[in-house]
Amino acid sequence: MTRPLLELRELRVHFPVYAGLVRRRLLGTVRAVDGVSLDVAPGETVGLVGESGCGKSTLARAVVRLVPCTGGTVGFEGREISALREPAFRAIRPRLQLIFQDPYASLNPRMTVFDALAEPLRVHGLADGRDVLRRVSDLMELVGLAPRFMRKYPHEFSGGQRQRIAIARALALEPKLVIADEPVSALDVSVQAQILNLIARLREQMGLTLLFIAHDLSVVHYLSHRIAVMYLGRLVELGPAGEVFHRPRHPYTRALISAIPVPDPVREKTRQRVALHDEPASPLNPPSGCPFHPRCPWAQPRCAETVPPLESCGDGHQAACIRLDQM
Amino acid sequence: MSDAHRPEQDAPPAAGERGASLWRDALVRLRRNHLAVAGLVVLFALLVVSLLTPWIAPYGYEEQDLALGAVPPDSAHWFGTDLLGRDLFTRVLYGGRISLLVGFAATGVSLCVGVLYGAFAGYLGGRTDALMMRFVDILYSLPFVIFVIILTVYFGRNIVLLFMAIGAVEWLTMARIVRGQVMSLRQKEFIEATTVMGLPRRRVLLWHLIPNTLGPIIVYATLTVPRVMLMEAFLSYLGLGVQAPMSSWGLLINEGVQTMENRPWMLIFPSLALSITLFSLNFLGDGLRDALDVRASKD
Amino acid sequence: MPLLDVHELTTHFHTREGVVRAVNGVSFRVEPGETIGIVGESGSGKTVASLSLLGLIPAPPGRIENGTALFDGVDLLACGPKTLRSIRGRAISMIFQDPMTALNPFMRVGDQLMEPLQVHRGLSRREARTRAEEMLRLVGIQDGARNLSAWPHEFSGGMRQRVMIAMALITRPHLLIADEPTTALDVTIQAQILELLARLQRELGMAVILITHDLGVVARVCRRIYVMYAGQVMESAATEALFAQPRHPYTEALLQSLPSTHVKGEPLHTIPGLPPDLIAPIAGCPFAPRCASATDRCTRGAPTLRELVPGRATACFRVQDGEL
Repeated sequence: MTRPLLELRELRVHFPVYAGLVRRRLLGTVRAVDGVSLDVAPGETVGLVGESGCGKSTLARAVVRLVPCTGGTVGFEGREISALREPAFRAIRPRLQLIFQDPYASLNPRMTVFDALAEPLRVHGLADGRDVLRRVSDLMELVGLAPRFMRKYPHEFSGGQRQRIAIARALALEPKLVIADEPVSALDVSVQAQILNLIARLREQMGLTLLFIAHDLSVVHYLSHRIAVMYLGRLVELGPAGEVFHRPRHPYTRALISAIPVPDPVREKTRQRVALHDEPASPLNPPSGCPFHPRCPWAQPRCAETVPPLESCGDGHQAACIRLDQM
Repeated sequence: MSDAHRPEQDAPPAAGERGASLWRDALVRLRRNHLAVAGLVVLFALLVVSLLTPWIAPYGYEEQDLALGAVPPDSAHWFGTDLLGRDLFTRVLYGGRISLLVGFAATGVSLCVGVLYGAFAGYLGGRTDALMMRFVDILYSLPFVIFVIILTVYFGRNIVLLFMAIGAVEWLTMARIVRGQVMSLRQKEFIEATTVMGLPRRRVLLWHLIPNTLGPIIVYATLTVPRVMLMEAFLSYLGLGVQAPMSSWGLLINEGVQTMENRPWMLIFPSLALSITLFSLNFLGDGLRDALDVRASKD
Repeated sequence: MPLLDVHELTTHFHTREGVVRAVNGVSFRVEPGETIGIVGESGSGKTVASLSLLGLIPAPPGRIENGTALFDGVDLLACGPKTLRSIRGRAISMIFQDPMTALNPFMRVGDQLMEPLQVHRGLSRREARTRAEEMLRLVGIQDGARNLSAWPHEFSGGMRQRVMIAMALITRPHLLIADEPTTALDVTIQAQILELLARLQRELGMAVILITHDLGVVARVCRRIYVMYAGQVMESAATEALFAQPRHPYTEALLQSLPSTHVKGEPLHTIPGLPPDLIAPIAGCPFAPRCASATDRCTRGAPTLRELVPGRATACFRVQDGEL
């Protein structure tokens, strides 16, 4: 077994919440990410799914240090990077890139495509002089954009094209690990397919390791080797993509999968749906025990007592439910 | 069909290969605004006239003709003369030089200081930001006139001081505006992207943050110029600004007000010059605000 | 007789850059008590079409250029703002995509719920309050009395959408237009809201126009579907028929580009290129430049929506001629 490229150990990101303008008092702590352990092997694609507010984006941001971790460790390329100071961390940033959700917001509106792609190359000394022009052309071709448009500005491109530019910018630094934070959820269906194909192709071509974050399980299933399911800051299920998608073990994953509308009216009519009551609790005030128990149709009184750990249920498949053997 | 790698088919919706920057888009929109264009033309003309004043002024600005005294406009003195028989047209021209210089220089100073200070505070955030902005608050609370009087007492009357005094007040608002802009920009994904790319802070500040705040800054600057000119007029009126025999529009208006009933031309012409400039600047500022408005642009 | 019969609706926006042909001759029908779906990607004109019906297009720049929309014998496009206002919110209601912004943050939920009753029905405050509580219970919000005096920000996204639905239905409309009602919500909440809409539709016997980009959502709840592209209806069919056998190349391509219809690892089908710029006049079929089956004819003349078999129409020359 080779060493994982990314190792998260009990990662915690808590945000203090204050109230009051004059006398600020601590209202509570939002446990956005609450003890997540996850490995991503070199060349692997791990899909991270969950609903809004489950902490999946915060997790991505914590790994690239857009938000500080409050506990646990992040290991990258075999060394612990969560303890590094910023100058040392900057040296590894090129190898650890993030693709943002909104291609309309992630590109500087006042910079041409050329400037946007040339900047990381120059700053990190990956190219200079005439080389920059060649590298920018290559990058644009790599993501399926004609290099002759490199002098154009982001607002002159469509949403899908902007996402291609953003992907090219992330790849300019020749990263080892790319974290894609909902890269297709702002796009139309037909464009979404183009970008997913592109990501799949680039992954093969460049041997990328990918942490792919989305709320759409069918998208994640399509692209990932393994799927991790998050709920209220914790992982509730982790396993090979096919296993998790077709034989989900955790009640929440089951509900999630059964809630996805299928574009097939015949199946829609006959499908059994796991009905959930209520809505997710606030991460400011999570329920005791299993975070899912207030909504879980299979919950028992003891679910409210202890937080179930991730337990193996065979074939690298893990789920965090005390009734795992009955599920 | 399934080939995603097809650059030829993926031409951007906007035509041409050379991009049109947001600035150029804004310029196109500005050109459609006739009032703003007129303002720009007038300002440009005023600037040219001010530069050429020593050559086109019919008289010297301190050339007196006590025997003549104050006369209404005629063919020799287009705007008439003042109590000392000085040609008012000449004095309005020279006054314009000072007023425009004060207006633009003080605005320039406040622009440089305010933008850098505000951007720095907003970008760093936290304790540094809090300290920097409290300092701004303290300066804000100083009464302006007392501040100027203290300066004059220590350094004597001089025009550089005038710039300093006005600039010292004007950059405060600019700093606040820029800080607010930068604070909201910092949340934007494209600024977060610069962190992920590991770009140095100075580069982020100068290349990513400040250029994106320039829209509101420019608009605010065009509105600052007229305010500064009025402030100069006010200081000159108090006797703290420009000193005779030099002139400024503020000073001329002050003189005019004192003999307004008997010699209205002494008030009308300098006021007209100031008003035209202020109107032009305001029209231009309004036009720029509309032109640079992101909501009106393509996304 | 259909409840709503829209014929050749055409809405253009006259902007500085030119005329944006947002909706170009759209026709559709809604029978009493049925749910139809209008599906399309962003810019297809699906939202503009529905806003046009209710006179909610900002004018200028928007202008309804042509068309009729008969609702209960009244032409919505010609009846004038006063009649429209009385129809809107009474006989026709609408819910919007974003439940976060559609509620007034400075008004208690109860007051917002009671407002249409007091305005349109002339009920007293007490009567309105009873009805509002009843309505909250109907949309699955228990403890009505307490929730009536709550502020919108105290509710979660799903709860707010429930409130929006309660608001839209409180006057017992005959037609509900739901514009992307679940797009801003998570899938488990989406499932709850769709279930709720379906139940209320059955119980209250109203018709629903569901506007969405999500083919899965329409498959779940709609009886008939209209597929829109570039301001035109490309295809209309009963839901089962449409999904079992899409006829228009656009519908087919759209269905094929969904990840869930693919075997893992296979590249997804994509539609090359981009939707047309609606400012530039489109000579032929708007989808022709991106269509794999397009011929010369498709770029020369514009196909119109024609019925192939009863209840099923497409706007494609080649399908109409039996070539596809």
